[in-house]
Amino acid sequence: MSSFLPPSVQSAIPNIMQLVYLVATALFIYGIKRLSSPDTARSGNQLAALGMLIGILVTLFDREILSFTYIIIGVIVGGLIGLIAAKKVKMTSMPEMVAIFNGFGGGASALVAWGEFVRTAPGALSGQDLITMGLSILIGSVTFTGSFIAFGKLQGFISGNPITFTGQNFINILFIIADAVFIGLFAYDPTNMLAFWMIMGISLLLGILTVIPIGGADMPVVISLLNSYSGLAAAATGFVLNNNLLIVSGALVGAAGLILTNIMCVSMNRSLTNVLFGAFGGETPSGGGPASDTDKTVHETSADDVAIQTAYAQKVVIVPGYGLAVAQAQHVLREVADILQEKGVEVKYGIHPVAGRMPGHMNVLLAEADVPYDQLHDMEDINGEFQSTDVVLIIGANDVVNPAAKNSPGSPIYGMPILNVDEAKHTIFFKRSLSPGFAGIDNELFYSENNQMFFGDAKKSLTALERALKEL
Amino acid sequence: MISSLIFNLFIFVLASFVGVEVISKVPTTLHTPLMSGANAISGITIIGALVVAGHTGSETGQIIGLIAIIFATINVVGGFAVTDRMLEMFKKKEGDNE
Repeated sequence: MSSFLPPSVQSAIPNIMQLVYLVATALFIYGIKRLSSPDTARSGNQLAALGMLIGILVTLFDREILSFTYIIIGVIVGGLIGLIAAKKVKMTSMPEMVAIFNGFGGGASALVAWGEFVRTAPGALSGQDLITMGLSILIGSVTFTGSFIAFGKLQGFISGNPITFTGQNFINILFIIADAVFIGLFAYDPTNMLAFWMIMGISLLLGILTVIPIGGADMPVVISLLNSYSGLAAAATGFVLNNNLLIVSGALVGAAGLILTNIMCVSMNRSLTNVLFGAFGGETPSGGGPASDTDKTVHETSADDVAIQTAYAQKVVIVPGYGLAVAQAQHVLREVADILQEKGVEVKYGIHPVAGRMPGHMNVLLAEADVPYDQLHDMEDINGEFQSTDVVLIIGANDVVNPAAKNSPGSPIYGMPILNVDEAKHTIFFKRSLSPGFAGIDNELFYSENNQMFFGDAKKSLTALERALKEL
Repeated sequence: MISSLIFNLFIFVLASFVGVEVISKVPTTLHTPLMSGANAISGITIIGALVVAGHTGSETGQIIGLIAIIFATINVVGGFAVTDRMLEMFKKKEGDNE
């Protein structure tokens, strides 16, 4: 495209490009900064998109670009797929969407490194160039296959249970060492295509092998981690191309993924190594309540009772879990909350970090149901408020409010941060049965004096509650 | 050549610190949009893909570039669009203030 420009402008193009990349970098950072509040977040995302657009447009003036056929085809095909996916995806399926997009990002980074290698004469590449290429292909390929396995697990194509075999970790370590050796061989002799193919093949396999032993319940951690990898893959490609825009963007995304990974690990009371190698957290087999429930009694309640209790309360806190979204009950819940607020009740939502299937997922699901975001409170915020709360409605959640995490050192969830709903005056569980959560742990709160159980499907129960409230 | 690698490492390390600072200020409410938005940003690798696909030296290279562009564009367009769709849903309560 640069050939259309006068020679004086042409000679300045490389510098202009770098300056525009600098602007794009600044827009990315400023855009993420605006995500610090829901008020400014949307404009922040749009600024980042603008940064991307000008980065792409100025790249088209690169003197090495001589043919636009493939570029136009690629952008149209990719753009359409991306746009349709973004419009059609259900908010409950966001984890799958992010997983698959991570995979495409990582795959693209690996392909760019590969393409750079193919189009450059081997003699023109230094050892460092080749090592960065090898690393870029390694990280990108692991992200690519790992993300698709994560997607398959979330979608149910692949069993959510950990898939393990003996010597798995040993084989993974062996593969990592082999990858390092082949990157070394490749850097020593770039005409050694066997080494090149081995790097790619082993890395693709490594992505599969490192994700299959991880249980479905741990997928939020894995997606966050793969998000980080997709950033690192872009940064590694930036090292290959000596492009600062890629390096900075990749580092930003890498940092975001790591922070989210850490938050998810802390919230689940797991270390990252335990998530990656522990093969924990499959789906529990259905049916079969805890064996000990025969000698304990629960207080069952009805829609009318709950209506009276909540309508005459001063403060009600709602603790939603993923079961709420499974029952598609967010909208009815919001209508119930609206009626309570009209009656002068203070309503807040207390959201545990692992309430959804990825970081912040539950907030998006509630926002979709038009719950105002200033009613959404995270665990730290809401935990100080339970003592002054009259009624807590726990809908589709269990482990995240289980006092065993605080009181029973022997419990598998001991040490996991929870919502202290037991401090409130009354708690009401909306639940199908007394069955334990994914960790398979009984919840002593069910049998507490101050607790009532409202059995049934969340959507039906909430609809009944809504009707009862209207009749009051 | 050593100097360019070290220079790049400087940029990478400093940007990582900036990233940690900026991103730790994002509230948990917005962590899903943060993730999908960051995802879109990682699609920046598209600018490398453009050069690979547009360089006429090798047919193989161009095909690799084409696939890279498709992957990266899905990531960029889809990522920003779905993030925008989510952020649009985050609203304050209309009318009264609590």
